[in-house]
Amino acid sequence: MKSEKEIAGTLSDIQKMMQRSSRFISLSGWSGVAAGVCALVGAAFAYPIIEDSSYELIRLRDAFQYHSFSLSAYMQSRLFKIALITFFTALILSFLFTWLRSKKTNTPMWGFTARRLVFNMSVPMAAGGLYILKLMEAGAYVYIAPGCLLVYGLSLLNASKYTLDEVRYLGYAQLLLAVINLFFTGYGLYFWAIGFGVMHVIYGIIMWYKYERVSANTD
Amino acid sequence: MAISIDNLNKIFDSRIRLGIMSALMVNSSMSYNEMKEILTITDGNLASHVKSLEENGFIKVQKGFIGKKTNTTYSVTKAGEKAFNAHIVALEQMLKSLK
Repeated sequence: MKSEKEIAGTLSDIQKMMQRSSRFISLSGWSGVAAGVCALVGAAFAYPIIEDSSYELIRLRDAFQYHSFSLSAYMQSRLFKIALITFFTALILSFLFTWLRSKKTNTPMWGFTARRLVFNMSVPMAAGGLYILKLMEAGAYVYIAPGCLLVYGLSLLNASKYTLDEVRYLGYAQLLLAVINLFFTGYGLYFWAIGFGVMHVIYGIIMWYKYERVSANTD
Repeated sequence: MAISIDNLNKIFDSRIRLGIMSALMVNSSMSYNEMKEILTITDGNLASHVKSLEENGFIKVQKGFIGKKTNTTYSVTKAGEKAFNAHIVALEQMLKSLK
């Protein structure tokens, strides 16, 4: 006869194994906070440029008209440079914190659950990113920020099936901001900063509080 | 209570076999290497447990190739799904009766 404790342990093992084998659960809350801070810093740099930006926007538009689709044309735009730096800094920092966490939880950082997550996140992001570049080319600048939020929100929604379930709510929040932004065009940077900045920070803190606080204390 | 003990499946007594079944219940199929990664066990160990589950008709094995490398994937059978669910129900019942 098995003891109560043994049976409860077995059942919780089953549950853990089911989660471990289907989702990438080492996503760190600090990754969210770091990405959010990057976004806010990026937005702060972009703000003065966009504010007196007729010049910058014309330059961006000219770049498209005369060079069509070329990387060097994009790189001439300060805004585009800021966007790239922001994106890669956020990406590297979130990888770093998640890597640290995966060492703690003893799950492989680049295991098959992680690969599946990255794949399911990247496909909508890449297709959506290309669409946004085309929006820029067409000069539809006011739809860029809601476009980013929309693409990111849908990507998160898709990715949430392969990682912590809470990611889904972050996705809903981005989608909501995107939709509201569509009716308040011209305030794109503010919505962008709330979505990519504030939301990430809030999400990160909640996730840290929920999953990492306890283990940090017992270490 | 006597009934629930009968429903406990001897095959699932092993933690590793239970782990294999749990993982396969939530993944439509998994490769040998993915399984090894999740269970963090050695080759020989995994092979013997997989074999016993296969012999009992609880999982099916598909052998394929990726390029020149063999790629073996596993999935749970209808019988395996049924037995596993019955096992969990039995465990839960036992837990209830003990409380």
